[in-house]
Amino acid sequence: MKILVPVKRVVDPNVKVRIRADGRGVDTTNLKMAMNPFDEIAVEEAIRMKERGLAREVVAVSIGEPRIQETLRTVLAMGADRAIAVETEVAVQPLEAARILRAVVAREEPDLVIMGKQAVDDDSNQTGQMLAALLGWPQATFASRIEIVDGEAEVAREVDEGIEVIRVRLPAVITTDLRLNEPRYASLPNIMKAKRKPVERTTPADLGVDPTPRLEYVEFAEPPKRQAGIRVESVEELVAKLVEKGVIG
Amino acid sequence: MSALVVAQHDNRRLDPVTLATVTAARRLAEEVDVLVAGSGARAVAEEAARIEGVRRVLLAEAPHLENPVAEDLTETVLTVAGDHEALLAPATTFGKNLMPRVAARLDVAQISDIVEVLAPDTFRRYIYAGNVLTTVRTRDGRRVLTVRTTAFDRAAAEGGAAEIVPVEAPPATGLARFVRREVHASERPELTSARVVVSGGRGVGSRENFALIEKLADALGAAIGASRAAVDAGFAPNDWQVGQTGKIVAPELYVAVGISGAIQHLAGMKDSKIIVAINKDPEAPIFEVADFGLVDDLFRAVPELVERIEKIKREGAA
Ligand SMILES: Cc1cc2nc3c(=O)[nH]c(=O)nc-3n(C[C@H](O)[C@H](O)[C@H](O)COP(=O)(O)OP(=O)(O)OC[C@H]3O[C@@H](n4cnc5c(N)ncnc54)[C@H](O)[C@@H]3O)c2cc1C
Ligand SMILES: Nc1ncnc2c1ncn2[C@@H]1O[C@H](COP(=O)(O)O)[C@@H](O)[C@H]1O
Repeated sequence: MKILVPVKRVVDPNVKVRIRADGRGVDTTNLKMAMNPFDEIAVEEAIRMKERGLAREVVAVSIGEPRIQETLRTVLAMGADRAIAVETEVAVQPLEAARILRAVVAREEPDLVIMGKQAVDDDSNQTGQMLAALLGWPQATFASRIEIVDGEAEVAREVDEGIEVIRVRLPAVITTDLRLNEPRYASLPNIMKAKRKPVERTTPADLGVDPTPRLEYVEFAEPPKRQAGIRVESVEELVAKLVEKGVIG
Repeated sequence: MSALVVAQHDNRRLDPVTLATVTAARRLAEEVDVLVAGSGARAVAEEAARIEGVRRVLLAEAPHLENPVAEDLTETVLTVAGDHEALLAPATTFGKNLMPRVAARLDVAQISDIVEVLAPDTFRRYIYAGNVLTTVRTRDGRRVLTVRTTAFDRAAAEGGAAEIVPVEAPPATGLARFVRREVHASERPELTSARVVVSGGRGVGSRENFALIEKLADALGAAIGASRAAVDAGFAPNDWQVGQTGKIVAPELYVAVGISGAIQHLAGMKDSKIIVAINKDPEAPIFEVADFGLVDDLFRAVPELVERIEKIKREGAA
């Protein structure tokens, strides 16, 4: 089996972003960047499948500014075999990302695409489902357990009601939830080895896709701030406040 | 403009998140239809037909829609999408799973998790775990939207008299199939629509200790939530997780116990009316959003809190 893993380079989730002075964007210059956490989980799952002998090859792909190469090196150091950098200065949105990924799938012909359920910068939660739709493939979103059985994937999905188990035919797109696994850290020898692994560079145009976004983000603002509250000294005082507010009693 | 709302339901009852989605739909369209896709779901369609402001209810019934997979549901939505300029679903795992698949098939850029309708083509939504509020405009002729249901009032469940129109469901795609659902039954109110939510974090320490959170929830008639750390540690099931990647809640009262207040957690609860935090660390960031903060050991404070609430209830009843 061959697995394709799309990974997005995002602002490190522990860093608080600032809005640009002109209110027309988010200032990400000099901010610490990281691999989208859900994509790290996707990489880990693909590598484990390779280690279990289920997968023959793990290929990573990222779309973005040339520095996505750094993110791809991390993926290679974790254990992916090779990588594809789709370079563009455009901040690609989910539908265009899905169309670019479809073109990569057409070339690579993987049996499985494992990717994050959500990029923690735009919080869209769309690309995997869109890619599956464009390919006419099944999708298994929000996975917390994946098993390959009889040419199908059995996936436990984290849904609002609890856990839902589905079976999808392969090839398929699976998106990861937080509890699927705990991603490994790359070891130093593997980081060294990754330097020699191949990273192919291409562009959306080479893949025949126009990356121009359809959605226009016209304004960026601080969310309304909550009024700072008070400290209560005791449980008794807390209860008195809640009674006063009419929420208990 | 006309809009189609994809109803969320379990073939027996309409999920109230559908009512909030109808409200969002009415902000951008004069005519709002509701699609009920299911099996043996006539009662759901009748419920939907009574929602105020709904023009028509489209009822698609087929055995494979009893526990529908996104692949099959997408085909059904596409057969009725027709001349609706807007398609909406709640931003629940149901809507998040379905709508991007529909949007891609229609070649429409979806706008996820809207919290406000500014104009029929312009919406507000959060990015970066709730840290930035954006205004987004679409250039597509159609819009596909998921709706943060805590940001919209519920449409009145009674008062409407929409016509119920049966529609034919396309056959199963065979791409995916439902196997089973593991739901843990509870008598408590549903988390996203509860009036009071009590959430526990890593500070609670163990699954057994979560009984303390349950006692407080019982005293307050509350639903139970949890931080990601508590879920990861196995103290609480995944469907209790509140936050950026869990559920969004906005109850009248939110009580955070042993939760530090990471931005990813705040993203899921900071629109609550009153926030109470109990944490032994006076520096915990949760206190920055709490209306009432109590710096105390939860193992001391929570039992006392339960006791005092019970006492008030007893006195109220007497
Ligand atoms: C991509 C991504 C997505 C995420 N999504 C979510 C999400 O949806 N929801 C979410 O919650 N988190 C999410 N997180 C995790 C988040 O960043 C925090 O790690 C998490 O919220 C911490 O949970 P916590 O507050 O329970 O634990 P901690 O941060 O460990 O806090 C425990 C708190 O308990 C207090 N405490 C300990 N003992 C006691 C005691 N005896 N009495 C009183 N107080 C005590 C401590 O002072 C501390 O403040 C996400 C993270 C990432 C990277
Ligand atoms: N620019 C990108 N490059 C590679 N993968 C991406 C990109 N954007 C989105 N993805 C993938 O799509 C998932 C969901 O992203 P989103 O739909 O934006 O929330 C991410 O977790 C990635 O796996």
